[in-house]
Amino acid sequence: MSLVFAGVCSHAPGITGRKDMAEGDDAETLYAAMDEMRLAMEATRPDALIVIAAEHFANFFMNNMPAYCVGMGEEYEGPIEDPEWLGIQRTTVPGNVDLSRRLIEHTMQDIDVAYAEEWKFDHGIMVPLHFLTPRYDLPIIPVNINCQGPPITPLHRAYAFGQALRKACDAVPERIAIVGTGGISHWPATPDSGKIDADWDRDFLDRWCSNDRERLLDYTDEQTYFEAGQGGFEIRTFIAISGATEGCTGSVPYYRPIPIFAVGCTVGIMDLDSAPPMEGAA
Amino acid sequence: MSLYYVQKLLYNLNRDEELQQKFFADKDSVLVDYKLNEEEQEALRKPDIGLLYILGVNGQILMHYAAMCGYAWPEYIKSMRDALDEHGNVRAGLYVTTDGKGAV
Repeated sequence: MSLVFAGVCSHAPGITGRKDMAEGDDAETLYAAMDEMRLAMEATRPDALIVIAAEHFANFFMNNMPAYCVGMGEEYEGPIEDPEWLGIQRTTVPGNVDLSRRLIEHTMQDIDVAYAEEWKFDHGIMVPLHFLTPRYDLPIIPVNINCQGPPITPLHRAYAFGQALRKACDAVPERIAIVGTGGISHWPATPDSGKIDADWDRDFLDRWCSNDRERLLDYTDEQTYFEAGQGGFEIRTFIAISGATEGCTGSVPYYRPIPIFAVGCTVGIMDLDSAPPMEGAA
Repeated sequence: MSLYYVQKLLYNLNRDEELQQKFFADKDSVLVDYKLNEEEQEALRKPDIGLLYILGVNGQILMHYAAMCGYAWPEYIKSMRDALDEHGNVRAGLYVTTDGKGAV
């Protein structure tokens, strides 16, 4: 089989942990959009969900930092944070060792990836799962791209990683959903928390929706840092989804800057039927 | 500066509840295992969350230590803003590449 669903969403801990501090209908509309994303994913009947995340020093530290890592555990624990702080109770999330191993082996044909049989999920994965698999009954394949501790992987490699992951998905019989999760512009956990450049975000999302590789990769890290904060490095997760869905176009059903959540909250869906027919296809 | 080891300690605390219990029962019993200078040890002991930010601790690590020490979110943000006024810009790490103040 191959991909049956692909999308992107935000994962900021404030989304669940500071829900009660949100103003107006910010939380209500975001939660509704995430629920719509869940319904759209469930309708595709996936056997497993790959979450491409940008974890925040929960498992990986500067003593041994992989650029890319794929989980290969029977199960995972999360959240690593205080459940009260995050607003998500601690639980066990199922994995799929056999599927992970096959995906990793195929991906390694093109990209060197690390693997991990232990993985404590932080908010970067738990917040999306809280909405997308609230019963924690779908096997998860966690994937991490180091977006926190420079030096970090170049954008063109994140795109190539997505392409490699797509080839791996095409090579297994399971129905695979894939979601990239990160912030766009944001300055998380700093004195500037709550600052969001909505214009920068919308321009990036325009590039993401059109899946314009050249424009998606047309950022330097220095530019991203100064214009979109250190959280902007997480665009790598979105760009990996672009690589995995090359040729497709997408839409953004929800985008709203929500300062108390410290990010422009986003739900994006890639239309997997929008790819032009392959050359030579009937 | 031994920013690496300050962050390593906080990374380990975030992952290990037993280490948290040991640390909060007797901080020096844990601090001794890390190569830290006096300013760093004192900032961790106090705790001085704002000074840890100024020393360069990544917010993604620091915010959990602040929560562990009982800081509500607005207090955590305020501690960093106050520290910028008191100590000046961030001295090391990821944030030093800007003016250390961003939008503030």
